[in-house]
Amino acid sequence: MSKRFVFFLPLVAIAVMMALFAFALLTGVNPQEMDSALEGRAMPEFRLTDVNDDDRTLTEEDLAGEPYLMNFWATWCPSCKFEHPYLNSLASEGVRIIGVNYKDDRELAVDWLRDYANPYEIDVYDPNGDLGFELGVTGAPETFFVDSSGTIQHRFQGPIDSALWDNKLKAVYDAME
Amino acid sequence: MLPEFGQFALILAFLMAIGLAVMPLYGVVAGHPGYQRTAPAWTWGLFVFLCLGFGLLVASFVNDDFSVRIVSENSNTRLPWFYKISATWGNHEGSMLLWILMLAGWAVAVSLFARSLSLELKSAVLGVMGIIAVAFLLFLLQTSNPFDRLLPIPPGDGADLNPLLQDIGLILHPPTLYMGYVGFSVAFAFAIAALITGRFDAGWVRWSRPWTNVAWAFLTVGIALGSWWAYYELGWGGWWFWDPVENASFMPWLIGTALIHSQAVTEKRNLFKSWTLLLAIMAFSFSLLGTFLVRSGVLTSVHSFATDPERGIFILMILLLTVGGSLLLYALRASQIRVAGEYRLLSRETFLQFNNIILVVITFMVLLGTLFPLLFDALNLRKISVGAPYFSAMFNFFMVFLLSLVAVGQLLRWKRHPAQDLSTLLKTGIPIAIVAGLVLPLLVSGRFHWQVWLGLALAFWLLAGLVRLLIDRSRNASNPWRALARAGGGFWGMWLAHLGLVFAVIGVVLVSNYEVTRDYRMGPGDRVSMGDYQFEFQGTRQVSGSNFQGDEGILNVFRNDRQVASLAPEKRFYTVQSSTMTEAGIDGGLFRDLYASMAEPLDDSRQVWSLRLQVKPFVRWIWLGALLMALGGVVAVLDRRYRRKPGVTL
Amino acid sequence: MRWSNRLIMAGLLLVSLFAMAEQQSLVFDNDTLRERYQELTEKLRCPKCQNQSIAGSNSPIADDMRNKTYELLHLGYSDDQIVNYMVDRYTEFVIYQPRLNWGTAWLWVGPILALLLGAMLVTWLARRSGAGEPDKLSDDERMRLQALLEKDS
Repeated sequence: MSKRFVFFLPLVAIAVMMALFAFALLTGVNPQEMDSALEGRAMPEFRLTDVNDDDRTLTEEDLAGEPYLMNFWATWCPSCKFEHPYLNSLASEGVRIIGVNYKDDRELAVDWLRDYANPYEIDVYDPNGDLGFELGVTGAPETFFVDSSGTIQHRFQGPIDSALWDNKLKAVYDAME
Repeated sequence: MLPEFGQFALILAFLMAIGLAVMPLYGVVAGHPGYQRTAPAWTWGLFVFLCLGFGLLVASFVNDDFSVRIVSENSNTRLPWFYKISATWGNHEGSMLLWILMLAGWAVAVSLFARSLSLELKSAVLGVMGIIAVAFLLFLLQTSNPFDRLLPIPPGDGADLNPLLQDIGLILHPPTLYMGYVGFSVAFAFAIAALITGRFDAGWVRWSRPWTNVAWAFLTVGIALGSWWAYYELGWGGWWFWDPVENASFMPWLIGTALIHSQAVTEKRNLFKSWTLLLAIMAFSFSLLGTFLVRSGVLTSVHSFATDPERGIFILMILLLTVGGSLLLYALRASQIRVAGEYRLLSRETFLQFNNIILVVITFMVLLGTLFPLLFDALNLRKISVGAPYFSAMFNFFMVFLLSLVAVGQLLRWKRHPAQDLSTLLKTGIPIAIVAGLVLPLLVSGRFHWQVWLGLALAFWLLAGLVRLLIDRSRNASNPWRALARAGGGFWGMWLAHLGLVFAVIGVVLVSNYEVTRDYRMGPGDRVSMGDYQFEFQGTRQVSGSNFQGDEGILNVFRNDRQVASLAPEKRFYTVQSSTMTEAGIDGGLFRDLYASMAEPLDDSRQVWSLRLQVKPFVRWIWLGALLMALGGVVAVLDRRYRRKPGVTL
Repeated sequence: MRWSNRLIMAGLLLVSLFAMAEQQSLVFDNDTLRERYQELTEKLRCPKCQNQSIAGSNSPIADDMRNKTYELLHLGYSDDQIVNYMVDRYTEFVIYQPRLNWGTAWLWVGPILALLLGAMLVTWLARRSGAGEPDKLSDDERMRLQALLEKDS
């Protein structure tokens, strides 16, 4: 009896593997998608200048208080341009958005904000991507949801649009205190 | 019109495959020879219609018929004609069609060359291949039709072939690799036929052995070509990345290697029969698994195809049917196999079985590492990566055991080997190996690494064994040369393949530990030294092809003030896909490669460049070793006993 | 040698060193640092690429990570500290060699266990066969086996 059982072992092993594949395919596992290491941690310390005023030094303490979105953007990034009008409408609804101008040129950034309107309450200038590196940013746009205690609750990669906001991200924002 | 004919040919091929899958097998089960005899006709029909379909697809590419979707997406009017042909299999649909065409080709070969096979076995084998053809043709027609039209015809000259694939490597690598993958279907079909007919004597093994060897030789060359292609085309000089797609091709190779050795035992000694059956099923199953991993998108790889979950589900169903079905059949039938024959612990049988275990364990390790991130993800744990550091360390660990076993096992006799003889083998072999392992690295480079010493000592131990085999064969003969010439294809095949292993091990060990890589900033006239070599940058000039423009740098390389090479790396910009490609400049040699690639220009006039220069000792030995192994596989097929006249049916 | 000559020699040496060093895109304080840099950049995975190490990728994020690795190496960080620094920001996804814990231990334990089991099985089979069990072949099978063996020799 036990000898016969041995011959079923390969079948069992393969069945387990197939189940794993089926699960991966049916739940739509995306091997490219990455978690953020920063969720649940405090906003890291930084010391950078304001995009609109290179004499003004900004640190994480300048952002504290109300919950906010921290949006990494750049003028070289097409998806940022796509996202920009929606950020403007969010800002007009009272969502507090902090911009981080990521690996960009100050003059281009200022021109862009003049031409396309400015949704950012504060705009941090991060020409070398230092703050981006601290936050594990891999490209633009990326948006961090930070609560009033300065803790990062959520990270979203890619452009935000109204469908995404209504279906998923608004709930994250509303849940923050 | 032509694409419609192609489509129609594929549908006819599908009908032929159904005929092949149903009638001969029904004939076998019902004991009806008339039905069994139809197998060759169905096989030929399948092959001819697939040739027609594939030929028409090639024609669409050559004629720039952009109404065909995959032509429009993977070709361009300015693409050179030979790349237009190879673009046929530079995409998911076309490569799948090539895969099926090769399956039909192998089936035709079986019906041609296996004349002395009993009608029953032959019909069952072809029938099983027919089932596989049905599954994959259905997949092709349902989810990946190569003749899909794009109407109205999109304007423009086509999206062009991915520049990475515009290379002689792509012309050769996929067809060779697929010949190997698909070739394992023959051994698989023989195994299934044995299970269906219930005849487990060594007959099926004898007949399937040559096919396994040839398929394995193709796979070996295919993998080596892929490695060589990555080496010079990806631009950074790596020859193996442990990428999921590479692993997907390596796993069937490992199982195929185990199968070749296990088949030897089963044929010669009528032992390990159920194990050999299992390996024959697994070798092809791993080929199918590779197809799934590459095309379903469950894993991230450098060279995955455009993926689609629907296709993934479909291939998973095929896997379930073929692999699950055959393993179920195995589970139900294999327990009836009786064991016969005796052997001792110190015998060739035991060592071959140990070798099999290690090869299977390595396969398991590669599979585990490849799927582990997926498993972690599915269990909702973290996202992790398993890559080269894990695979190399584990692979090297197991290879130490494997090489030691080969070094001894190749010298042993069947049934039982006299123990006192073994100790003399060890006494001469090991000291030679240890000394040679110490001397060679000092000649190549002044530095000492224990890994190098261990790897080389094992390689030389193996080599000493090979020399000893020659001595044993010729010592007592009146004419030693004739005795060696008469040793037969089986012996020489094994000898060459093991020699190839020696070459590959030496290559891997030396290049991994002694290669030198440096990044330099160089303008015209600049000169740098690396080891014994001085590289002098002459500057760049403009080059252009029909679909690209680029800069070509010229580097003269000197050794002891004498020029030894001139390297011409390129940075190309492919205009249609607007992508940049790094073409390495390589001076190949038996003992070292000089490798230069241009990273990026550092000034506006594109004269000063950031260059990566590498000296890679013995890197070619890896591919040379692979070629020797493949040659060994082919030579073994030429053995006299496979050319015996028909008449004896088992 | 007079002190002025020595000074000139030293100066020349310095200049030639500087000239050599200038051509390297990345200047390392010593060869050990260079080797550690090369090893580390091979072990770290680019988070935004199709399965490439940061050494083998030209993407901007791989660039940043290489620069950070270089910077931290020269600040005296150990290899582990650098890896931790990256994991703190980019998660375990960016290390090709997973960290050892209860879940990942199977990566090493599994294959080695399989090897041990396999070796035990082979030894057991060989000993059992060598012990000379009674021949279980039927007469018919024995004849076929005989025929096979004769053909080989």
